[in-house]
Amino acid sequence: MLKIEARGYESRFWRYASPVLALLLTGATSGLIFMAMGRPAGLTVYTFLIAPLLRQDGFEALVVKAAPLIMMGVGLSLAYRANVWNIGTDGQFTLGAICGGGIALAFPDAPAYVLFPAMVIAGTLGGMASGGLVAWLRIRFNANEILTSLMFAYITQYLLVYLVTGPWRDPQGFGFPQTALFSDTALAPRLIEDTNVHIGILLAPLIAIGLWFMLEKSLLGFQFRVLGQATRAAKFAGFRENRLVWIAMLISGGLAGLAGLLEVTGTLGQLTTTLSPGYGFTAIIVAFLGRLNPLGVIPAGLLLALTYLGGDAAQIDLGLPNAVTGIFQGILLFYLLGCDILLLNRFRWVPSHAKAVR
Amino acid sequence: MTDAAPSGPLLTMTGMTKQYPGCLANDHVSLTVERNQIHALLGENGAGKSTLVKIIYGVVKPDEGHIVWDGRKVAIQNPGHAQRLGIGMVFQHFSLFEALTVQENIALGLGSARERVGLRERIVRISNEYGLPLDPDRVVHDLSVGERQRIEIVRCLLQNPKLLIMDEPTSVLTPSEVRKLFVTLRRLAAEGCSILYISHKLEEVRALCSAATIMRLGKNVARVIPAEKTVKELAEIMINMDLHAPTPRPLAPSSAPSRLVLNKLTIRSPNHFGTDLKDISLSLKGGEILGIAGIAGNGQSELMDALSGEILAGKPDSVLIDGVPAGHMGPHDRRRIHGCFVPEERNGHGAVTTMTLAENAFLSGFTRRALVRFGVIDTKKTAAFAENIIKVFDVRTTGPKAQARSLSGGNLQKFLVGREVLQEPAVLAINQPTWGVDAGAALAIHEAIMALAAGGAAVMIISQDLDEIFVLADRIAVIAGGRVSAPVLTRDATVESIGRLMGGGSAPAAAGEMAVA
Repeated sequence: MLKIEARGYESRFWRYASPVLALLLTGATSGLIFMAMGRPAGLTVYTFLIAPLLRQDGFEALVVKAAPLIMMGVGLSLAYRANVWNIGTDGQFTLGAICGGGIALAFPDAPAYVLFPAMVIAGTLGGMASGGLVAWLRIRFNANEILTSLMFAYITQYLLVYLVTGPWRDPQGFGFPQTALFSDTALAPRLIEDTNVHIGILLAPLIAIGLWFMLEKSLLGFQFRVLGQATRAAKFAGFRENRLVWIAMLISGGLAGLAGLLEVTGTLGQLTTTLSPGYGFTAIIVAFLGRLNPLGVIPAGLLLALTYLGGDAAQIDLGLPNAVTGIFQGILLFYLLGCDILLLNRFRWVPSHAKAVR
Repeated sequence: MTDAAPSGPLLTMTGMTKQYPGCLANDHVSLTVERNQIHALLGENGAGKSTLVKIIYGVVKPDEGHIVWDGRKVAIQNPGHAQRLGIGMVFQHFSLFEALTVQENIALGLGSARERVGLRERIVRISNEYGLPLDPDRVVHDLSVGERQRIEIVRCLLQNPKLLIMDEPTSVLTPSEVRKLFVTLRRLAAEGCSILYISHKLEEVRALCSAATIMRLGKNVARVIPAEKTVKELAEIMINMDLHAPTPRPLAPSSAPSRLVLNKLTIRSPNHFGTDLKDISLSLKGGEILGIAGIAGNGQSELMDALSGEILAGKPDSVLIDGVPAGHMGPHDRRRIHGCFVPEERNGHGAVTTMTLAENAFLSGFTRRALVRFGVIDTKKTAAFAENIIKVFDVRTTGPKAQARSLSGGNLQKFLVGREVLQEPAVLAINQPTWGVDAGAALAIHEAIMALAAGGAAVMIISQDLDEIFVLADRIAVIAGGRVSAPVLTRDATVESIGRLMGGGSAPAAAGEMAVA
C-alpha cells in the first residue's frame, strides 16, 4: 500500500518541482473536463496555454494582463509570509481605481505632469486606506482579516456601481453605466507608442525586486518572516506584531490600489461597473504559485495572465463558457496547495508485510 | 508458546527495531520486566526510551522484534489492545478536562456504559486502598498537579493492570508528594502490578527501582541493579563520558551593586489559565546566581516574560536593570540596557525552528551585536556571530546555515544559551536552562552560567529541577501561586525546607534562613 511518510526536513527539490507538477496535473484534469464537454482535450489545452502567445499582439496582451497580477501578488506574498491573510485585494484594487479615477474626472484639464502623479498617489492611498481599515479592525477588535477584507471587497464593488451609475455617470454616455473617458493627460505614460504597454509593466518587476530585497535582506523583512513562522519568537525578539500587521496591510493594500489605478489609466481609460475580472482573487493564486517569494511571483503572474487570454481564446474559438478561466485557475490553486504535501512528506510503497509482525 | 505459567517474566521484548526517516530510534533493543518488579528505563533524551514505550503501549508499530507478554507472543495493535492485555500508562502530560469533575474525567476514559456501573465506589475504594486520596466530585481545575496525577493513576488502576508505565512522574511533584507516590508504587508492585519507570532522576531510580535498563542512541548499553551503582556511575553509563562536578565559586561581595531589582512586581497573566504575579520583590548583585525553585505552573513563565519584557509591567520602576527603570520597555530596549533572556520553550519561542542558526543568532543578537546596517541585515557579521557560538559552545551541527530544527534538543539549547552569554549581558534570566537536555550539554550550560556570573553578571535561574538549583545558585527563592518567597542562602537551605515552600507552605520560623532578604 502507498504510505505517506514525514521527511523530517523540507525538500529543496520539491520546493521548485511541486508547482511544476501542479501545473501538469492541472493540464491533465482540465483536459478531462474539456473532453467531458465534448471538446478534444489536447486542442483545448493548446488553445488555452499556447495559442494566445502565437497571436501578433500576444506578448503585449500578456504583459499588460500580468502587470496588475504581479503587483498584487507581490504585496500578498509579503502579507502571507507574515501570517496576515488579506484576501480582499480585489476591493483594494477597485478603491485605488475609484480614488485615482475621481481625480481624473474632477480635473480633466490639469497638465499631465501634475495630474497623473496625483492620481498615482490617490490610487495608492485609496488601496492603503482600504487595507488599513482591515488592519485596524484586526488590531482593535480582533476581527479576522480574512472575513473583513473579503467583505470590504464587496462593499467597494457596490460603491463603484453606485458611482458609475449615479453621480459619476457620463452625461453624454447614452445612459450606459460608465464615466466619461479620462482626458489624455490622465492616462498612464506608454513605454511603446500606440500600444497598451504602459509604465506599470516596467514598475511591476521593479516592485517585485525591491520587495524581495526588503523581505529577504532587511530587518523589516526578517520581522515579517519571524512573525509568520513563530509569533512567540517574534515577541521574544521584541518585534511588535501590531505594527507589522499595519505595514503588511498597508503595503499589500497600497500595491493593489496602485495596480487598480494603472489598470484604469493604462487600458480602460474610464471607470465602468466591472474594472477587474477577479484580478484580486487571481493574485492569491499568483502569490502561492510564486511560493510567496516576490521573485517567483513574476513568472507566476505571467502564467495566470496567460489563463485569462486563454479563457478569451477558448470562448471565441471553441465556444466554451467564460467560466472556464475560473475553473482552470481553481484547479491550479487546488493542485498547488495539494502538491505542497511533498515538501515535508514523501510517498513510499510499502509491501503489505505488516502481517509478518502480527 | 502456550505455557501460560505465571512464573516467567511478565514482559520480554527482543530485537525491537524502529526506523524513522533519518533516525534509527530503536536498534535491536531488548527489555525484560519481571513480575512484581519496579523496573527503570534510563537514557538521555533521544536515546529511544519513548519509542520503546510507545511500542509497548501500541502507539507505534515496530519494524522488527518479538514481544512476549505474560508467556504469550503478541503484537500490540493499539492502546486499546494494550489496555485489554493489562498495560496501563500514565503520561508526563495529562489529558484531563479542566472544567469536569474527577469522576467525569475518569468516566470519559472508559469504553462502555457497563464499565461505568459503580464507578464512584470503585474510585473511592482504589484511591483509599493505594493512598491516592481523591474526591470524585472536585473539579479538575481546582486540583494541584499532584492530585491530577492521581486521577491518571486511578484511571489506570481501574483496569486492573499487570504493568503500569510511568513517564517522568515526579517532574511535577514536590519532594513530599514524591515520597507518597513511591509508597503507592511499592505497594502496587508488591501486589502484582509491575511498574516500568522512566526517569532522568537517578537518585530516585536508585531509591525505587530494583532493576534498570539503560539505553543510549537507540541501543541497550546495560542492565544494572541501580542500588549497586552510584548516581555518577549511572550517569556515566547513560552518556558514556566522565562527569566532573562544576567547581564552586566564592559568593559575591555584599558591597557589590544590585544589577537586577524587582520592585513589588505585580502582573496579571494574559493567559486565561495562567498565574498572576503578586508583589514580587527581589534584588540580585553582580556575580550572583539566584535560583527560583517551584512546581510547574506557579507563575514561572509569567515571571520570565515579565523579565524579558514580553509582558510589560505597569510601572517602569518595578523592573530595574543596572539601575535603569525598565518595566515599560519591550525586549529590544531591555537588551540595549544589557539584559539577555533564555525562555523555557526552545521551539518557536527562543528559536524559530524553520530558520537557520544564523537567522536565529540574529533573532535576539542583532541589537547588542549591531548586526543591522541602515536597516539591512549584515549577513557576514551574523554568520560570524553564529559560527562563534557554534565554536565556543561546541554545538554539533553542520554550520550556521543548518536549520534550527535539525539540531538535537541539547545542541539547540547550547546554541540558545551561547547566543545570550556571548552577548556579554549584565543581567541574564533563564527559564529551565537544561530542560530535556542530555547530561553533557547540561554540564556545558551550567559551566557557561557560572563563568558569566564569575565575570560580574547577575543571573536568575528559574528551574523546576531542585538538583540544578542547589548546584548553581548562591541563593534560592521559591515561586508558588505567583508569589516569590524571600531568598535564602543555598548553604542554609535543605531540600525539605525548599520543598515545603514549593508546596505552598509558609517559610519556617527559623530566623537564620531569612537572613538575606
